[in-house]
Amino acid sequence: MSDAPAWQGELYDLLREFDVTQFSYVPDAGHKELINRSIADPEVESVSLTTEEEGVALQAGAHLGGAKSVLLMQSSGVGNCVNFFSLIKHGRFPFLTFVSMRGDFGEGNPWQLAMGKATQPVMEDSGITCFRVETEADLIPTARAACTMAYQAEDAIAVLLTQKLLGAKAFSTGGES
Amino acid sequence: MASKPKLRTGPDEAVAEGMLERRHAVAALLGDVDDALIVTGLAGSKDDVLAITGADCPTAFTLSGAMGAATAMGLGLALAQPERRVIVVTGDGELLMNVGSLATVGVMNPPNLSIVCVDNEHYGETGWQESHTGRGVDIAKMAEGGQIPNVRTVTQDSELAEAAAILRAANGTSFVLVKVAPTKPPPIHRSRDASWHKARFREAVLGRN
Repeated sequence: MSDAPAWQGELYDLLREFDVTQFSYVPDAGHKELINRSIADPEVESVSLTTEEEGVALQAGAHLGGAKSVLLMQSSGVGNCVNFFSLIKHGRFPFLTFVSMRGDFGEGNPWQLAMGKATQPVMEDSGITCFRVETEADLIPTARAACTMAYQAEDAIAVLLTQKLLGAKAFSTGGES
Repeated sequence: MASKPKLRTGPDEAVAEGMLERRHAVAALLGDVDDALIVTGLAGSKDDVLAITGADCPTAFTLSGAMGAATAMGLGLALAQPERRVIVVTGDGELLMNVGSLATVGVMNPPNLSIVCVDNEHYGETGWQESHTGRGVDIAKMAEGGQIPNVRTVTQDSELAEAAAILRAANGTSFVLVKVAPTKPPPIHRSRDASWHKARFREAVLGRN
């Protein structure tokens, strides 16, 4: 079906096992398989956002209505979310996000470095527990722990998919986007 | 020199001739809300809703922060509860802060979602500074451009009934921009504990917390 790493499909199956029915995202290559599976799956809503903070509010609304929601974003999008994290923290809403990292191990685009380095501290300062995943073997056990904490214990959790896991985006030495 | 906002130091004491009073307008647009799940913006729009439902209504979730979140929160709720009528009532300042959410709602087009923007053209909580809508910006056109299928602008009493019917019809997402006088009706006291309101909301909707 796709050339994505096997863990991406396993991650989608895991989220469905936890009865996640709202997948929201700003498109990112690191989440391509999850996004495409959510589009193909008639049982779930696939919500393309204009900016990541919409996905934070969407999760809070989903919880009010008894549904489970997940936000897929790139680390640069975390900065867009910060004020809406107050809704999660003050309201003690469950929250789960998978963040594909830029601006960490092996980054070649200097524009990504500032938010990449700020991603984990900003989320932790906002009350969100972060788990970094650096190997494929660690991904599904970490994601299962995160789902359990978010959807059963109603905690706020971010799983950071690092560039050691995803690989750094390749740039020519002249480096454009 | 480029344009500046008009100076204003406070609300109007009385509703000017030919303008809509906000509480009357919102009550007429929403009608009977016994069956509805409601998310509101901050301050004025929150109080407009609580004036109708009462402050202890469990199925009205009212923001007192996270400005810009109301519409996307309503979307998540509408998708989670497709059999229930979901209404977002918010203000021009709140909606402008995350106006892209109109595009996200428009492409999803949940038929059970209605949005009311109470547009007084000012930031009433911070000193009555003029908002963009007082300077020609039209959020209803943004809603139309965002592909929301049923959009109306209401400026006078005679237009309220038709707009109320559109908000109640479940044939696609609806959006009503209601232009109101810049007055400040009395605030309505309500706890600002979002976690407590969340629990009551879920209890009322789901029968469990």
